[in-house]
Amino acid sequence: MEVATDTALPESRRLEREAVVRCQRGDARAFRVLVERYQRLAYSVALGLVGCHDDALDLSQEAFVRAYQHIRLFDPERPFLPWFYQLLRNLCFNHLRARRAQRLQALEEVENGELDVATELDYDPEVIVERNETAQRVWRAIGRLPDKYREIIVLRHFQQLSYTEMAALLFLPLGTVMSRLYHARRALKALLEREQGGDPHEM
Amino acid sequence: MKCEEARPLMMALLDGEIEEAQKIDLERHLARCYACAKELEGFRQLKEVTEGVTLMEPESRIWQEYWSRVYNRIERGLGAVLLAVSAAALLIFAGFKAVESLIRDPSLAISLKVAILAAIAGFVLLLLSVVRERLYFWKRDRYRFVR
Repeated sequence: MEVATDTALPESRRLEREAVVRCQRGDARAFRVLVERYQRLAYSVALGLVGCHDDALDLSQEAFVRAYQHIRLFDPERPFLPWFYQLLRNLCFNHLRARRAQRLQALEEVENGELDVATELDYDPEVIVERNETAQRVWRAIGRLPDKYREIIVLRHFQQLSYTEMAALLFLPLGTVMSRLYHARRALKALLEREQGGDPHEM
Repeated sequence: MKCEEARPLMMALLDGEIEEAQKIDLERHLARCYACAKELEGFRQLKEVTEGVTLMEPESRIWQEYWSRVYNRIERGLGAVLLAVSAAALLIFAGFKAVESLIRDPSLAISLKVAILAAIAGFVLLLLSVVRERLYFWKRDRYRFVR
């Protein structure tokens, strides 16, 4: 994963800018450079956010399509990733909102009223993390976090982004990144402890 | 240092992102604040647990097909836009022709012609208003992610 900056990666930034300019002139094939550079990040962040392989694949590809459709609004002098990331997270969050609304409606219709939190997001750990009880428990707990908390946990723990990179992607000051990470980890710890009835380390 | 200031810094310490001066301040706080020191220990254990979790790598097939899928969608999008634009142009042309023949038709009474034309004008005005509103919201929507 890379968040390109002019000083650190001039060559890769130059290629990126060139691709953007060609896309802005209507050359759709030039977009391939950008897609291939960020497809893994896009897919795995989407997977972390929505928790389902097919949806993550579809949403990440849709984000690239929208980026291409709006590429004329983008300033080629700026790094592509933060701009693209805003598209991706909006798509994922809207998708989750729509699915929650659907699920609530379905629940009202059957007058069941019993929301199974473990499957609330189709957050199926079996296909996403290794077959290891602790890993699956942690992944399920991540799936129950509020969207913004889950996002920052995914960026930090599964993408290994630095604080500066997260601040760039989220358009947030560093201090806010740190405090959001604090609240997210605290919420995750509480979820794991509640499930375990004690120390998360002893799972 | 207050506990509220120490909390975000505990994250920076944990992730190796802390500056030297901040680290000294934080350690001074931790030495006398049992609650924060205990919380930090909990976070350390949590980090160990989460670091043991790795995402499974998807089948390599998806990366081979990824670009062509994106490209196909872009192409389909362009096709849909072309289709919509040309369909709209054809509809407008047909509309003009219909109005023209209506005006030239000698068998219809003037009052009836005026009524039909007024109905058409009303419909077009309504349509334009809806389109303008949609465009307005579409623009605002776009700016949500274009920072």
